[in-house]
Order: sequence, then structure tokens, then C-alpha cells
Amino acid sequence: MENLSALIRLDYTLMIVGIGAALLGTVSGALGTYAVLRRQSLLGDAISHAALPGIAIAFLLTGSKAPLILVFGAAVAGWLGTLLIMSIVRLTRIKYDSVLAIVLSTFFGFGLVLHTLIQRTGNANQAGLDTFLFGQAATILESDVLTIGILGGVALIIMLIFWKELKLLVFDEGFAASIGFPIRTLDVLLTSLLVIAIVLGLQAVGAVLMSAMLVAPAVAARQWTNRLRLMVFLAACFGALAGVSGTIISSTASRIPTGPTIVLCATVIVGLSIAFAPNRGLVWGRIRHRRSRSDLKTAADGLLKQSQQRSE
Amino acid sequence: MNEHLDIQLIAIVTAVACALPGVFLVLRRMTLMSDAISHAILPGIVLAFFLTESLSSPLLILAAAGTGVLTVLLVELLQRTKLVKEDAAIGLTFPALFSIGVILISRFAGNVHLDMDVVLLGELAYAPLNRLKAFGYDLGPIALYVMGTILVLNTVFIFVFYKELKLATFDASLAAALGFAPTLIHYGLMTLVSVTTVGAFDAVGSILVVALIAGPPTTAYLMTDKLSLMLILSAIIGSVNAVSGYWLASLFDVSIAGAIATMTLIVFGLIFLTVPNRGLIAIARRDARQKWEFAQTMLVIHLFNHEGLPEAEAESAIADLHEHLSWDPTFTNQVVRYALNNRCVSQDERQLTLTEQGRAIAQQALVQ
Amino acid sequence: MQTSEPKAIEVTDLTVAYQDKPVLWDIDLDVPPGVLLSIVGPNGAGKTTLIKAILGLVRPAAGNILIYNKPYEAQRRIVSYVPQRGSVDWDFPTNVLDVVMMGRYGALGWVRRPGKKDRELAMHALEKVGMEAYTTRQISQLSGGQQQRVFLARALVQDATVYLMDEPFQGVDATTERAIVTLLQDLRANGKTVVVVHHDLQTVTDYFDWVMLLNIRRIASGPVDETFTPNNLRETYGGRIAFMK
Repeated sequence: MENLSALIRLDYTLMIVGIGAALLGTVSGALGTYAVLRRQSLLGDAISHAALPGIAIAFLLTGSKAPLILVFGAAVAGWLGTLLIMSIVRLTRIKYDSVLAIVLSTFFGFGLVLHTLIQRTGNANQAGLDTFLFGQAATILESDVLTIGILGGVALIIMLIFWKELKLLVFDEGFAASIGFPIRTLDVLLTSLLVIAIVLGLQAVGAVLMSAMLVAPAVAARQWTNRLRLMVFLAACFGALAGVSGTIISSTASRIPTGPTIVLCATVIVGLSIAFAPNRGLVWGRIRHRRSRSDLKTAADGLLKQSQQRSE
Repeated sequence: MNEHLDIQLIAIVTAVACALPGVFLVLRRMTLMSDAISHAILPGIVLAFFLTESLSSPLLILAAAGTGVLTVLLVELLQRTKLVKEDAAIGLTFPALFSIGVILISRFAGNVHLDMDVVLLGELAYAPLNRLKAFGYDLGPIALYVMGTILVLNTVFIFVFYKELKLATFDASLAAALGFAPTLIHYGLMTLVSVTTVGAFDAVGSILVVALIAGPPTTAYLMTDKLSLMLILSAIIGSVNAVSGYWLASLFDVSIAGAIATMTLIVFGLIFLTVPNRGLIAIARRDARQKWEFAQTMLVIHLFNHEGLPEAEAESAIADLHEHLSWDPTFTNQVVRYALNNRCVSQDERQLTLTEQGRAIAQQALVQ
Repeated sequence: MQTSEPKAIEVTDLTVAYQDKPVLWDIDLDVPPGVLLSIVGPNGAGKTTLIKAILGLVRPAAGNILIYNKPYEAQRRIVSYVPQRGSVDWDFPTNVLDVVMMGRYGALGWVRRPGKKDRELAMHALEKVGMEAYTTRQISQLSGGQQQRVFLARALVQDATVYLMDEPFQGVDATTERAIVTLLQDLRANGKTVVVVHHDLQTVTDYFDWVMLLNIRRIASGPVDETFTPNNLRETYGGRIAFMK
């Protein structure tokens, strides 16, 4: 009897974790689509690393470890990092990739300094940093799921409301401006949504692996469809699928960390999509190539036969 | 005392060894490959560690270098399918490889001494503890020898292939046409980056090594256009960051690697503000100075363009000038006064006329 | 001023600078309604910048731009812009009809989605450029010429009075080039004003009735037969030599 109730409790925990991971996958998959289409796949990596000093400062200021406060700090720092990246690119001749690298690593370094400072005062332990780096999908609680659901839901609803405008911004900025849409504002809006997706996702997979959660579902989805609508939907599904399957796989055996397992699941989805998706997929391309070659060969044979007949 | 010196020496050698290949990454717009490589080599290190059970075995460096090159290959392979763009290919590859590494560690190395934090964050303070001893003599910390060797390797590679690297960086197709095999140079460079990264692991970890590779060259790029000078400046800036970071860390008793990264950002910011020509202050001052010059040139060109034409009278009337140029009236008056003072225009009653000097300025500006 | 009929586009004393480096110096340009005007000049002459300045996409350092006597912001609805084909990622996940419908976004305003009427308008525009058979085609599977025609259909669907096109003939096949010319002439016949950034000097006299010669400053502008003279061309393309002597 006791065993049974323990089992039920375990399953319940697993269910909560699964729901949380699925929600996070949905949000980062859908919003990551825009990052991938704007060729800003690695901006996510920069934002997620840049969030660390924000978490540390939020803790130093409030002394609280409440997820909402830390998430807020992370969002502000991630946002400032993005702003810095944009300004440096605009004001200097330094290329985008170098700016990302320098902001990513130095913000993180500063976060580390703050973290050691907190550690020295004895308020926190190393576990806090590990959580930031690798996420804590396995310890997601009901209240976390609520936070993720509300914040992520708001982000997705905003994305849907401004669907047409965001699509135009990503596809053709100049045209969008010419018909009167404020592209700066839209850019800020889209980046803010991305920041929300990232700081939420940090809880599941951590800073190091966050970029995969944005990029992988979108890249996989792109192979199956040529429509943005379907791509965002599929990316959300793939993200959720990776979240759930990663959670389940890591729960089957001890010492399989959840975050990396989720990322590997997402990677497998990408691999399968690139290989087998109809039309764009590699296997499909190979078949088409072979077929067109054999068509060509038949046609050439026919011509050859014809000319031989004529010469006879 | 000795320990202070040891740590700083290791930090300097590591910083310079990272900064040199970093220059080429920054110029080739491949800076983020260092981020990808530094994470993706984890499974290589883990596997080599399982084989040797030692963190300082040379096999580790070889395995890491191999994995690093494999990462570059994978990214290029993904790109070549035309299904994935470059940035997305990088964003897919390194988290996947890194995840494999993390899972390997937690699954099989749970009790073995291979700490994730050491891999990700490094700990410079421990570096001098591991010492090279021969014939009963203490020859200094092993890390210094490892990084020293890598530094020499990088310097020699850049020195020997300087011309080829330069050409492959600025004009890959010309390099190929001249038979310099830019692909080979490319993979050579990537191998060096991988070796350097794994060497720097112990000291600063895989995230902050990016600051060492990207920071100094990016800062130097603000200061010079010459490749040779950029290499030297990067080395100097890297050393400055390392030493000042070390002292910052000692002062507040915080992570040394983190402090070096923080100093990297601060030094970048200072140079960004103050460097002549490209610095923010220089730009602002030039803007302020050129504002009047530029406005004066606009004014004389405006007059020049309408000189001798029927509409000239309307176009050169002082009172209406601000409407034609759509300038603020006060600003327009100031510009007119500025131009009058410089004898570029002369005023008769309500009209402005160009002087010879003003006409010359207009012609000069239009010809350039 | 002694203007009787309003100009379609009126540019006066326009200077545009990128970080104090002038791209356009004190440009004047009057475009009467109902003309087909080509902007011609060497690379780096500021042709694209002039179009972008008219559209308010770059901020001028001096000068005025009016469209039918009003600033661009007030006339957005009657102006339509065709950017350079190379300025967008054609691998974007969308199809032909969807891109053309983007031409309706300005009229729709914020948040509202395109409906049945917009779809019909888009179909109609696609018929005009001979692309009605490609409505569901993914845009990356189009040839360069077809992509250009999609962009033109998107402009047509805006139902504007003034059209600004940046290099519409760039890298298109002969069929598309002919189709575009017919389209431009149709537009003019309907009283529309069309401004085209153009680089092929051979075809200026055949395709256009007005021309502007530009090289950082305006060399000349007016009807083709008066303006497109060897002297003016020499000044535009070899301006440096002609000016110095």
C-alpha cells in the first residue's frame, strides 16, 4: 500500500515535470522560429548567458530566491545584453558574431564574479549556479508550471495578436517601414518575447543548452512545411515533444540529467526531419535525383535508338 | 608571493595564446565557432578521460582537438545541405555534442574526479598546485608548461603561415587561385583553436575562454587596421585583462576567470569610448565640429546649384532659406552667420551670394 | 511658386548624409503626374538612397520631399514601394499569394487580418503580372524573374498613385523584362506616376519618357529626348573629368 502511494506520487511528480517541460518546449519552439528566420539563432545563446548577472543582482537586492524575482532579473539582464549588442553593432565596425561572443562571455564572467561574492557571504551554494547552467527540469513544481504557463501563454498570445506585423518585419523590413509600421518598436517587441522564452527555458535546460531549444524545433519544423503558420505550430509541437520525451527518458534510469536529454531528443527530431521530410529532406532529394537521372537516361536511350534507326 | 606570480604568469600565457588565433576568428567572422568548439569538445575530453583517468594527459588535448575539428566539419556539413543556415547549424551542433558529454559524465563518471564546474568555469587558483617535478626539483606549474607550449605552437603557426592566413582571411578565392589551399589553412586554424581551448579549460573553463579568444582581438579591431599591429595589440590587451582581472579577483576574493572576463568587458568599453577616430568620444567631438562645416557646405552647394538660374533669387533669400532646406530657422541663421564669417558667402540686402571661396568649396565638395 | 498643377513628387534641396559622408547633395527633382521616370547613374550615385529618402526610410540632413503637396507620412496610402529583390530572404516559409497579400497590410492597419476581399485583390494583381498559376508556390522555388513579378504584384495590390521601384529589371529574364515594361506602360496609361531606379542605359529611351541623371548631385532631369543627351551622360558618368577642366 505504501509502495503504491509512493508510485502514484512519483508519477504525479513526473507528470508535473513533463507538463512543465512541454510548456517550455512549446514557447521556445514557437518563438525560436523567428530567431532562426532572422538568422539570430545564436542571439539566444548570448541572452541566456547574459542573464546570469541579472539573477545574481536580483538576489543581492531582494535576498529572495523566489523564481519570479530571479526570472525578472534574468530578463532585465538578458534585455540589456541584447541592447548592448545592437548598439555596438550600430556604432562600430565590429561584426555581429564578435559582439555576441564578447557580450555572452563577459556578462557571464561578471555574473560569475557576483555569484562568488554571494557564495562568500554564505547565502547561496554551488547548486544555484548549477541550476543556472544546466536547468532543473527534474525539480519543476506545480507553482513553476503555473508561472511558465501564464508568462509563456502571454508571450504566445502577443505573438498571435501581432502575427501579421511580425511576419512582415522578419520577411521584408524595408517594405514594412514604407507602409508605416514602426519597425524599431516591432523589433523591440519580438526581442522581448524571445527574452521571455529564454528566461523561462533556463529553468528546464539551463544557459548552456538554451540555444538548442530555440533553434532545433524551428529547424526541424522548417523541413516539413513552407508556411510560416505551420512552421510555428510544428516547432511548438516539436519543442513540446522534445520536452516530454526527454523528461520520460531521463526518469527511466538514474543519473541521466534531464536538460541534456531534452536537447538530444530535439536534436534527434532535427536529424529525422532533415533526413526524411518530404520535398526538402535528404532522402527525398536522393530519390528525386535518381529518378530524374533515370528519366534522362531513358530519354537519351530513346534518342540514341532513334538516330540509329535513322542511320540504318 | 610565488603563488601570485604563478597564477598571473599562467593567466598571461593563456590570454595571449587565446588572443592570437582569436584575431583571425574575429576577422573571418567566425568568432562564435570558438564558443561552439569550446563546448563541443566536452565528449572528446570525457572519452579520453575515461581511457587515461587523468585530466592532464596529452591524449586529452588530442581528443579535444579531434572533436573540435569534427564540430567544424559537422557545422559545414549541415550548411552544405542548404537546409540549415550557418548560425542555426552552429546553434544545433554544439549543444548536442555538449549534451552527450554531460550525459556521459553524470552517467559513468559520477564517482570519478571530473567535475562539471571545472570544465565549464575552470579554477585558475588551483592551477599552480599541480607542479612539474623532475630529479627532485620543482620546475613550476604544469599548466604553465602546457599553455606555454600551446602559445609557442600558435605563434609559430601564425609566423610561418602569416602570408597565407592573411590572404585566406581577406580573399579566400584569390588564395585558392594562387594555390594556397585556404581550406587547409582554415582547418589548421580550427585545430589550433581547439587545442588552445582545451589547454585553457583548466584555467578558465569553456564559457570564459570565449572572452579570452574574442575580447582582446575585438578591442584591438577598434584601434587599428593593420593585421600585424592587431596581433600585437591583442596580445597586450589580453595580458592587461589577465593581470588586472587577477588583482580584481584578489581584491574582492571572487572567481579569477570571472574577474578576467569582467575586465575584458571594462577594457573593451574604455577603448570603445576613448580610442581616437573610432571611439564614441571622438565620434561625438567630430560630429560637433563637423556639424557647422557640413551645414556650411550644404548651404554653399545649395546656392551654387541655383546660381544664375531663374529661381536663384527665391532660393537665396535669407528669410526663406530655412524653408528650402527644411532647417530650424535659428539653426539656419547660425549657419548663415558661420558662412559669412568664413567669407564663403556675402550678403547684399536680403540675398546671399557666393564668394569665390564659397564657390570653390561647393565645387570641391561636388567633385569628390 | 508658380506651380499650376501639383507635382506627383517634389524634392527640394535634399541632402542625405551617412555619418557626415554625403550620399546626396542638394537634390531638386520635380516629377509631374503620369510620367514614367527612370533614375540613372553610376554605382554609388545615391539612386537607392534617393528612393529611400522619398519613402522616409532615411532621414535627410536638409531639404523637403512632398508627394502631391503633402509629406510622405500623410500620403503613405497612395505610394507603393518595390524594394530590390535581393533585399529579402527568399527561403522564407511563405508562398506567392501570401507575399502579394502583404501589399494589403498597410490598408488593413494594425492587427486586422486579410480577408476574402484582400485575397481577391491579390489574385487580380497576380493575373496582371501573369503569375496566377503560381499562387501556392513556395517563393524559393521561383526564378528571379518570377520573384520580381511577385514583388510587382504586391505593389499593384496597394492600388497606389505613385510607384517607386528599386532596380526591377535586375537579373530578370527577357520575358519578365517585357512583362514589366508592359505593366509600367499600363500604369502610366492609367495616370499613375512611376519612378524606377535603372541601370541599363540602352533601354532608357525605349522604356521611359522621363529621366533623371544622378551622381550624388542631380545632373539633369526632364523628358528623355531633352535630357538624355551625350553631354549630360558624360557629366554623369565621367563627371569628374568634365568638372575639373
